[in-house]
Amino acid sequence: MTIEDVRQIILNILADIAPDEDISSIDDNTKLRDQIDLDSMDFLDIVMELRKRFNIEVPEKDYEHLATMAGCVSYLTPLLKDRPLAS
Amino acid sequence: MRYDTIIIGAGLSGLAAGIRLAMFDKKVCIVEKHTELGGLNSFYVRKNRTFDVGLHAMTNFTAKGVRSSPLGKLLKQLRFSHDDFRLCQQEMSEIRFPEKSLCFTNEFEFMRQEVAEQFPDQIDGFNKLVEKVLAFDELNLDDGERLLSQPVLESFINDPVLIDMLFCPLMYYGNAREGDMDFYQFVIMFKSIFIEGFSKPEGGMHYILNLMAEKFKDLGGELKMGSGVKTINASKETVASVTLENEVELATEAVLSSMGYVETLNRCQPELAEAGTCETGQVSFMESLFVVDKEPRDLGYDRSIVFFSTQSRFDYKVPNDLIDISSGVLCCSNNFKYPKPLEEGLIRLTNLASFGEWDRLARKDYIAAKKEWRGRALEQLFTFFPDFSENVVFLDSFTPKTIKKYTGHINGAVYGSPEKVKNGKTPVKNLYICGTDQGFLGIIGATLSGISMANLHLLQ
Repeated sequence: MTIEDVRQIILNILADIAPDEDISSIDDNTKLRDQIDLDSMDFLDIVMELRKRFNIEVPEKDYEHLATMAGCVSYLTPLLKDRPLAS
Repeated sequence: MRYDTIIIGAGLSGLAAGIRLAMFDKKVCIVEKHTELGGLNSFYVRKNRTFDVGLHAMTNFTAKGVRSSPLGKLLKQLRFSHDDFRLCQQEMSEIRFPEKSLCFTNEFEFMRQEVAEQFPDQIDGFNKLVEKVLAFDELNLDDGERLLSQPVLESFINDPVLIDMLFCPLMYYGNAREGDMDFYQFVIMFKSIFIEGFSKPEGGMHYILNLMAEKFKDLGGELKMGSGVKTINASKETVASVTLENEVELATEAVLSSMGYVETLNRCQPELAEAGTCETGQVSFMESLFVVDKEPRDLGYDRSIVFFSTQSRFDYKVPNDLIDISSGVLCCSNNFKYPKPLEEGLIRLTNLASFGEWDRLARKDYIAAKKEWRGRALEQLFTFFPDFSENVVFLDSFTPKTIKKYTGHINGAVYGSPEKVKNGKTPVKNLYICGTDQGFLGIIGATLSGISMANLHLLQ
């Protein structure tokens, strides 16, 4: 998977979690919670979606890496780079 | 076949928990004793008419796009769009006492203005109370020291009539305790009714329930209707299975029960020592539904909901008689902003009622008493409101006994036990509760209860 693929995966998850939000204009370096009003329950959902879709476990101490889109991509790309693009 | 979780009860809390668990691929089964969805917020059909039971309206209305409110959180967690719920807002509601009336809408500033006009010497205290309410963390799941509302309100407001007027809707729509109210519950109800407000889903309660049940099933959840639980099998303080009334045994890793705390403990085998020691709820209601041949507004009923007391002091307690006719709630379903008008006029009248008094009547006397007390309630109502008795084309009533029969809640206690179990834990380690006894109130509260208990105990 490429960096672009990983970014798209995060966007897909956000679209599922927050169906009423406009995610097309997300800025990669601004905190996600400041752009689409995510709370701690929603971060739990991102983590659980990663587990469900890719069998990736994100330990609680690493949640801070998921605060921005850029953070998500740099944290997850090494974990996903050898995966084929999931169906 | 072993389930990850069995959920007892297909009401809002059970369905919401089920959706959360099924969403993350848990093997989950909801078992429901009744043949209809909904539990305490359900519906029934008589003569081709569908009537909602339980709450008259949904509280906690916030507009589309508000995501941090309880409704916003609920929609996100269950992955519904605001539009999916088809919510139609109230027009105007009212708290009507003999000498005073306070109207309120879904815009809180309107109510603040009403208080300023009706109680000019109390508005400063009221504003300070509102500040305290807004700053209060009512969703904290830790059991702190008990704080009752009456003393808190008296510290801000020194007109007892205003205090009673504020209590009237908040107690009627969510208080399990007689006489006073836990302050965190007061805050939940104040925010959900006065700050946020009322709406009704187009299509009624069964529309929302079906929407949730369909989502649960689409995600792979299993739903067994007409399947009451006989025992929760929990030897060595761990649940291993649930036995249904038809003797089918279902193995499971955990159980989440919405049937009530004491009701749940009572089903445990072997028996739990704690089962007999817990307080059960007492507060219940009689409700009568009147289908009328005109729009209620044409009969002089132009409010969405009226909370009334025919005496200047309001007393929220289980009556000594079958019902208490001195106060009540009037709801006109028609007076919500539906895209098209409802087919018929509907007026609902709710009064506090005593389960014990209804329960001891023989069948024949019970039916006669329903008619008699409905008549008395109307007679009292018509001293305060226009008479609609000539316009009734259909009527029906239910009592605390009816509620017990269909929901299984002891005493027909609509709001459960006054002692809430906020963390959802029981003496059995993989048995949790959600719903009315966990402590989040109302339709939105019940749904959030299921979500938060599933997240806290069953998804980590």
